Amino acid sequence: MKAATLFGALGALVIAGGAAAQDVIKIPNIIELSGAGASVGQNWRNGTAMAVEEINAKGGILGKKIAMDYVDTATDPGKARAGVQRALDDKPMAIFGPIYSGSVNVTLKMTAEAEVAQIIGGEAGNLTAQGSKYIFRTSFGQNVSMPKIANYMRDVIKAKSVSVIYVNNDFGKGGRNAIVPELEKRGIKINGDLSTEPGQADFAPDVIKLKSANADAVFVYTNEEESARFLIEAKKQGLNKPLIGETTLLGQKVIDLAKDAAEGVKGHVGLTADAPDAPIKAFDKKFEEKFKYRSDHNGIKGYIAPYMLKAAVEKAGKWDAKAIAAALHGLTIDPSKEPGILLNATWDETGEIDRASYLAEVKGGKQVIVGTLPKLKP
Amino acid sequence: MANFLQLLISGLSTGAIYALAAIGFTLVWQTSQRINFAQGEFVMLPAFFALAGMKWFGLPFSLAALLAITVAVFVLGVMFKKVIVDPLDGQPGLAVVISTLALAIFLKDGVKDVYSAEAQPFPTVLPDVLLSLGPVKVSLAQVGVLVVAFASIFLLSWFLSGTRTGRQMQATAQNPTVARILGVPIERMVMYTFLINAALAAMASLLISPIYLAKFSNGEALGLAAFVAAIVGGFNQVRGAIVGGLVIGVVDNMAAAYVSTSYRQAVPLVLLVLIILFRPQGLLGRKEERTV
Repeated sequence: MKAATLFGALGALVIAGGAAAQDVIKIPNIIELSGAGASVGQNWRNGTAMAVEEINAKGGILGKKIAMDYVDTATDPGKARAGVQRALDDKPMAIFGPIYSGSVNVTLKMTAEAEVAQIIGGEAGNLTAQGSKYIFRTSFGQNVSMPKIANYMRDVIKAKSVSVIYVNNDFGKGGRNAIVPELEKRGIKINGDLSTEPGQADFAPDVIKLKSANADAVFVYTNEEESARFLIEAKKQGLNKPLIGETTLLGQKVIDLAKDAAEGVKGHVGLTADAPDAPIKAFDKKFEEKFKYRSDHNGIKGYIAPYMLKAAVEKAGKWDAKAIAAALHGLTIDPSKEPGILLNATWDETGEIDRASYLAEVKGGKQVIVGTLPKLKP
Repeated sequence: MANFLQLLISGLSTGAIYALAAIGFTLVWQTSQRINFAQGEFVMLPAFFALAGMKWFGLPFSLAALLAITVAVFVLGVMFKKVIVDPLDGQPGLAVVISTLALAIFLKDGVKDVYSAEAQPFPTVLPDVLLSLGPVKVSLAQVGVLVVAFASIFLLSWFLSGTRTGRQMQATAQNPTVARILGVPIERMVMYTFLINAALAAMASLLISPIYLAKFSNGEALGLAAFVAAIVGGFNQVRGAIVGGLVIGVVDNMAAAYVSTSYRQAVPLVLLVLIILFRPQGLLGRKEERTV
């Protein structure tokens, strides 16, 4: 009798545990936590962790709490692919990451075949051009941001010729291949087209070549650490041309590393903790209090990913992977209804995001927003 | 022509730092017949000693730099010899190779876990003032690196040939048995080479980190460059390591500018293969001779 009672109690515990497990939805978060992209992944992870905490504190999504299952890609596309494959074996409701475009590139077909929404940090233009109906951006693709930068070069910088320096990876090549035709379309001559290597430490020869190219401006499209090293070398050698870039040139991380060498750098930023919008200011304050440093754009990208999932699940009305992906297409989320999304954003049929963005300059060791560009399709 | 000269000066500046690290390879090899495969990490680590001095103890950079050199001499000189090299005395060379490879991983991951995986800004000793030499413009920082590196090399050369201790070290390198018979304290001389290696690595670290930024993974590229420089110049000659470092620095810069950035890392390796094929003792190395 005692044995029967014991087994009964154990059975009840197992059932209760199972029910508790079903109330938590695990979302694989496959990101760059080590290797060259470690700082990028760290920011994204902190952003998602903060959002998940907020969502769970308010009761979760459709009554279910969510939990992140972090997987480190080591900034290696091969490991990212293996991580996504393992995650898909467990039939997840959605996948977050990777952030590096090269790793997204080798995994997007897998999520498309499994019909699972993949909310990514990658910005390479070709990611949404491959026909997947299951990939969704958290930031602009280069096909959206580069025309804005080309306009800025023509209208604000008044450049007649531009040198382009980019990093030789999927992110850099995508940016270079997007900006060059956009500049040429606007009658701006490409005067110097330099590729650099990921993780490159010495930019002295590159800066010497840029100086001799003598273009009106230099477009810099490298990852954050390389951007900082480039800026330090550019200042050291007195490269006195306007240095124009995207978030990876103007981000706080780059400013912290390059210090006064970043002064005067200008460009377009899709997401920034310095944006004048109230939800972003609130995010910035909370993030800094929680993690004791300010988030870069990757932290913001990571932060909005769980809120994209929340809005999609609520629109679909159920926890179903295919329905979540379908709900994300054509979805518009406004911060008045969901403050966690930070800026009014819309996802089109290819997973491309449309929202406002900013023109910025580095002044006094800080990124200063000097203008706001509205959504392409308000 | 102006571009060429600027590339040359820039290459010499970087090459002088490689030379400091490469000298360490040759010194340790000559006195102990060991190759330290953690040499790159020896160059990476002192920058973090300096950063820790500034961040955790609030020291100004000058004092933090002195602290970094002192700690490096103790940790990467005394402790390295006592904890890693001495216990393996009499063991096959492969044991030291594996031990130093393991030490490299330990130092790299240790910095990543204890300090940060992210690159850190590192103060520069000299300001970024631009000097014009005709059409050639070089920064004061670049010239400063060259001057400091060459001053270190000059001091080392003077110490080795102009002092009694230096000559005893040379004698130890050339023939330890005879040197011992002549009353040279061999063990102390070998220890001195380890201390000098650590001090040179610390100097290289303080000079290269403002350019590379301080990062746990810096040792990989620096160690390889210094190793290639030592072989190209001649593993058994300090002056070979100096020339090797300068050659690698200049070739690397010229390759990036005139060949392709994508192949810049391959060009010094091609040079290495050519040297091994056609002059295995290196540019200034000597066959069957050991001298500091």
